[in-house]
Amino acid sequence: MTTMTDHVAEAPSGSFKLSMLLNDTRYRSLTFQFIALVAIIAFMAFVGGNLVRNLAEAGLNISYAFLGEPAGYDINQRPIEYDSQSSHGRAALVGLINTLIVAFLACITATIFGVIAGVLRLSNNWIVSKLMSFYVEIFRNVPVLIWILIIFSVMINAMPAPRDFRGDDATSSMLFDLFAFTNRGVFAPAPQFTNSFAATAESGPTSTGLDWLLVVGALVLSFFVARAIGSWATAKQEATGDRPTTWYLTLAAWLLPVVLVCMFLGLTWNVPALKGFNFQGGMQVRGSLIALWFALAIYTGAFIAENVRAGILAISKGQTEAAAALGIRPGRIMSLVILPQALRVIIPPLISQYLNITKNSSLAIAVGYMDVTGTLGGITLLQTGRAIETILLLMLFYLTISLLISFFMNIFNNRMKLKER
Amino acid sequence: MTRIWPIMAIQNRPTHMGGHQEEVNMKKSLFLGALTAAGLAATGVAAQTLDEVKARGKLNCGVTTGVPGFAEPDANGVWQGFDVAVCRAVAAAVLSDPTAVEFVPTTGKTRFTALASGEIDMLARNTTWTFSRDVDLKFEFTGVNYYDGQGFMVPKELGVSSATELDGATVCIQTGTTTELNLADFFRSNNMSYEPVPIETGAEAVQQYNAGACDVYTTDRSALAAQRANFETPGDHVILPEVVSKEPLGPLVRHGDNEWADIVRWTLNALITAEELGVTSVNLAEMAGGSNNPEINRLLGTEGDLGGMLGLDADWAERAIGVSGNYGEVFEKNIGESTPIGLARGLNAQYYDGGLIYSPPFR
Repeated sequence: MTTMTDHVAEAPSGSFKLSMLLNDTRYRSLTFQFIALVAIIAFMAFVGGNLVRNLAEAGLNISYAFLGEPAGYDINQRPIEYDSQSSHGRAALVGLINTLIVAFLACITATIFGVIAGVLRLSNNWIVSKLMSFYVEIFRNVPVLIWILIIFSVMINAMPAPRDFRGDDATSSMLFDLFAFTNRGVFAPAPQFTNSFAATAESGPTSTGLDWLLVVGALVLSFFVARAIGSWATAKQEATGDRPTTWYLTLAAWLLPVVLVCMFLGLTWNVPALKGFNFQGGMQVRGSLIALWFALAIYTGAFIAENVRAGILAISKGQTEAAAALGIRPGRIMSLVILPQALRVIIPPLISQYLNITKNSSLAIAVGYMDVTGTLGGITLLQTGRAIETILLLMLFYLTISLLISFFMNIFNNRMKLKER
Repeated sequence: MTRIWPIMAIQNRPTHMGGHQEEVNMKKSLFLGALTAAGLAATGVAAQTLDEVKARGKLNCGVTTGVPGFAEPDANGVWQGFDVAVCRAVAAAVLSDPTAVEFVPTTGKTRFTALASGEIDMLARNTTWTFSRDVDLKFEFTGVNYYDGQGFMVPKELGVSSATELDGATVCIQTGTTTELNLADFFRSNNMSYEPVPIETGAEAVQQYNAGACDVYTTDRSALAAQRANFETPGDHVILPEVVSKEPLGPLVRHGDNEWADIVRWTLNALITAEELGVTSVNLAEMAGGSNNPEINRLLGTEGDLGGMLGLDADWAERAIGVSGNYGEVFEKNIGESTPIGLARGLNAQYYDGGLIYSPPFR
């Protein structure tokens, strides 16, 4: 028996013949891989050469010099400093950040929608489960572009214009005199600091990145303290069987550092007020962002709901019954027994949904949200005529974002995976 | 609506409402330039457009697919408008019949191809005279019949009377057009801030403007006026006096047939000169009988032989003016202040009234 296998695995000791490249199974796959590789390289070289030659004939050249030239156009949502004299490169960067903002918000919201809808679709309550299947089927079977346009036009036409807030006979009023919901977006009070690092004697309350860094630092501190409290409680529970009441400690851990930092910085609120044509001050969440964010979230949420349902159904019913036999309440069965196991099934398709959200955010131009497709792939392309350069750059941007999302989600996935020892 | 395949968008991009302000970027102009060359090669350098038109008995005139006041079929299907009047005047001068015109509706994309290929004899369609169209696309602009420019429209209730009061306003704008750059420059040079709302097409922009999602809508002033005429209550909206860009619009013909270009150029000039000299549709017959002013006599053919020099008869200008009067009358009838479009003469007043409308002398 062993001699037989040895005989087969052993290479024939004869000389190598060229025909063996095709006829010998040991070489054949390598041959075809090599041919395929050469064909791909030749094809790419042909396409690239063709492009370069045609561009040269048309008197054009591939050049990214335009990225340094003044853009000449304005962008409404500017997370970083930008004006019309800034470069095309900076405009692309503004667009890129706007893409990341809407993708991040939509991913989180879609996950919340999806988990709620997915769990409730399996509810024993007939109305609730039917409502959820209605939601899933309606939203995932209509193109996301249609949803973006529907939500946007409903917002534009149903919400009051800022001028409706004006005058003594105003038809609309601000919520608690703090929030204004208009068809140009939602205006909310913005936090500012009297002792800001950027504040000078005459500048009044303001805020910079450094202030926010301090606040975020306080939150990170709170996170670790809260975790320490949690593990202390767990250790105590394991030692004595009684879990100490910790909610007030946790609450204090979360609140105290932030409150102290805010007191140190001198927190004030910049409340939006109707001035001139529009609400001034505070922060504005534009209608275009809301429409795009909400549409992406609710559309992708329907897909995630199905992923969640599949994940839950993949867990054997015996798990539920065993947990119930131990006297665990249904809500805790879901959060302690079912969902942690279901996550292993849910996460891989969830990665694709996050990638979909990021790529679908390029539909932003339909509502005039200035994402990277709108700035670099839209206005910059049309003003400079540099189509190939901008599209290549766009592809690079989306590829990088998508690969990064995949990378981090895969790390998360590996941590959640069943550990086989 | 969305740009799913952005490279295509270069050539498929929806143009401006008036269709006369989209940028001719290099790619497009090269593409059209090639078409032009092909068109010329196909028809030969058509130096005999005049003979062709006479033999056909009809003038093929390219117009828009419908801009109120400028070129639009009326309820009876008869084309009416400011640009249409130029076509009719040329037809009257050449064929003695202002109705002998075949109107060919063209879009922003098809107009240059139609002209280059010989499908139309002339293009009278809100087309901005630009360097690249004149030189690179090989066309001959025969004059300017409307000096347009980018303007601003606001609801009257805002109480704004000048664009310099628009600090902090929210402005609806068609994205990817030159209007976007003009707007940024205007607000920057006046040290004002604004909130741009970028929109893909003119129709969507009007929708958002009417819903109050923006305070101001900006595009070419003539397009603003035409769109306002279609509003439910046009009187509630006002077009501000400031003009922030140059958009000279005029009829154009192919390069290479100078005789035909001369006819179109001087027909337009005849309408303008008639207004300058006080020749109107009312007194035309009387003037044509001879007057004390030698220039009127030369224009209307009772003195000299200007018509013969063009290859036409002596009464050519009289017939052209007779269609719907002189330049001022055509303006008032189609887009003037008494019409729903309600455009003031402004830059399009005669030079002696402070405008730019100026014809070389008939001599």
